[in-house]
Amino acid sequence: MNSQSSPSLRQALTPSDNDSSPERKALLAEIDASCRRPVLFMFANGLLWLMAGTALALLTSYKMHSPNFLADWSWLTFGRVRPAHLNTMVYGFASQVAIGVAIWLMCRLGRVPFMQGGLVVGATIFWNIGVTVGIVGILAGDSTSIEWLEMPGYAAYILFIAYALIAIWAIIAFRFRRERHLYVSQWYLLAALFWFPWLYSAANMMLVIDPVRGTVQGAVNWWFAHNVLGLWFTPIGLAAIYYFIPKVIGRPIHSYFLSTLGFWSLALFYNWAGIHHLIGGPMPAWLITVSVVASMMMIIPVVTVAINHHMTMVGHFKKLKYSPTLRFIVFGAMSYTVVSLQGSSMAIRSLNEVTHFTHYTIAHAHLGVYAFFTMVMFGSMYYIVPRLALREWPSARLISIHFWTTALGILLYVVPLSVGGVLQGLAMNNPDIPFLKTVELTKPYLVTRTFAGILMTVGHTVFAVNFVWILARRRKAYQPPVPFIAAGLQQEAGAQLGKDI
Amino acid sequence: MKYGPLLFLGIFLTLASSWVGLTVIPQMQFGGLQTTKIEETGRDYPLNTWGAASKGRELYRANGCIYCHSQQVRPQGFGADIERGWGTRRSVSRDYLYDKPVFLGTMRTGPDLTNIGQRQPSVDWHLSHLYDPQITSKGSTMPPYRFLFEQRKIGAKPSPDALKLTGEFATPPGYEIVPTENAKDLVAYLLSLRADAALLEAPLGK
Repeated sequence: MNSQSSPSLRQALTPSDNDSSPERKALLAEIDASCRRPVLFMFANGLLWLMAGTALALLTSYKMHSPNFLADWSWLTFGRVRPAHLNTMVYGFASQVAIGVAIWLMCRLGRVPFMQGGLVVGATIFWNIGVTVGIVGILAGDSTSIEWLEMPGYAAYILFIAYALIAIWAIIAFRFRRERHLYVSQWYLLAALFWFPWLYSAANMMLVIDPVRGTVQGAVNWWFAHNVLGLWFTPIGLAAIYYFIPKVIGRPIHSYFLSTLGFWSLALFYNWAGIHHLIGGPMPAWLITVSVVASMMMIIPVVTVAINHHMTMVGHFKKLKYSPTLRFIVFGAMSYTVVSLQGSSMAIRSLNEVTHFTHYTIAHAHLGVYAFFTMVMFGSMYYIVPRLALREWPSARLISIHFWTTALGILLYVVPLSVGGVLQGLAMNNPDIPFLKTVELTKPYLVTRTFAGILMTVGHTVFAVNFVWILARRRKAYQPPVPFIAAGLQQEAGAQLGKDI
Repeated sequence: MKYGPLLFLGIFLTLASSWVGLTVIPQMQFGGLQTTKIEETGRDYPLNTWGAASKGRELYRANGCIYCHSQQVRPQGFGADIERGWGTRRSVSRDYLYDKPVFLGTMRTGPDLTNIGQRQPSVDWHLSHLYDPQITSKGSTMPPYRFLFEQRKIGAKPSPDALKLTGEFATPPGYEIVPTENAKDLVAYLLSLRADAALLEAPLGK
């Protein structure tokens, strides 16, 4: 199978090109079989953490406007459940699902089965032990109070070793790929898989294990924290978007040139942008200026990628009606454009003067991690899981509920909270307004956020039910695909099991 | 693109550049910053936190105070930090020499605490505020830290450091609210927070 003639250029450039030869089918079946255990295991654990993180999120949000709720137990004080929520979502849910998606994409695009799936399942167990230890540590009072890196040092060691054991096999899949041409998704995946361990180990060394002195910690902290989003979640999210949009609509990516430009400009600029979190802070001016400039330069990759994705989608938007994958992915792709341009604007000093230190930043963070990244991961899972489980999603209605509750939920979260954040910032910068007023005026927005959180909780629960259901379901010989509307869709879901790359 | 090694080289060099630029060079530039002598008092600045205050610092870390309170005063003309009386000058790197970790913070659901020890020097105020923020700051969304206090039966004579609570916050008759060591340590830390010495790089009022 290794020795088949190499694919045509068109096939190589677009994963949507379907070759239904028996050899191809056999190879894809082999790849999916090799990914089944490790990837589904990661998804399952990721969803468990998603549910835990959602509970912590609701608790945090509720406490924000009703501070007396569950206040008498130190483990559940606001300043512990908040970082517990963030770390559960970042390391338990998002990173774990991201690694699962990355492994599957690496194997599919490299046309090579995943090696050592059993070992990776073991390493994933180790990863989850690390997350558990870290979260319990935070709740018990061992938080480092370093944003995005709150897990105590002993948990960080476990996570790092587990990550190394998992990622090495994704890199090996890349190294021994049978398809020599590199699709744009692979660039992003390779970069993310390499960047994350560097960020994570360097930040832990310089902040937790042997801290550098004074405000240098601030620089390291925001170099790290901003890059977790920029160089870890973003590239994996973009890799998935670049793969699934062409895949589902069945046409190649609009422009190879724009893909290249988008990738290299992101690689060049994103990693310099983090220190804009310290504008106005006790840092040398050059350090902040460099990051402001890099943040503005980010407009290049963002607009490039937006044009590339949009031009690919043009004429196919009606497919959003049928394909759950496409719907989540396109929602995520659009959010990426919005959140990135918003992020650049937040680095402008005059805007930052207002929005810094307010809920506006929190809304922005959720627009990035949730509306962009998480939605893309949901979309990816809707595509991948049926191919690994070899059966269809049991309920289209649950998928639909999942989409609308999360999409409307995150909008209801972000829009009002951003408004509240701006009002808070304007009031804070007016010394004639007593500080307590800035607290009081945000309360209605914080209550709205809790309602948004309830909506999203419904969505997550429904997704978890569907996920358990698909795994528990008895396999049948053939099942029709489950589009939102029964007729009309051949592209999506299991109709082509084994036919596509 | 076909060349894995070339791709990898680019991936390596891009992150290497910012790792050097945003962490290594700052470390070289101001990672070795030293204490200085304040001319008018002749004392070294800044001083390390010690004793009860350093234990309180650990409580500040463990309970995530940074998620609502920053410890950095923005310069005059950028925000209204100085006008609000949060400091008499902007914060500079030297203020944080001994801080591990630094509690710069990114959120101000509550006010900045850079100079809270100077702005609010009353131990009783801080204890009441920690026990229930509504006592001192009606309408605040700060959670109460009652787990840092102990409610107990009044013994032979009332404890000298029991909180004086009245009205809706009063304790049931025969009981008193006494701060634990943790509460006292945390207040000691808060009272130790002040960055109001004029520095060469940060004169007062700027």
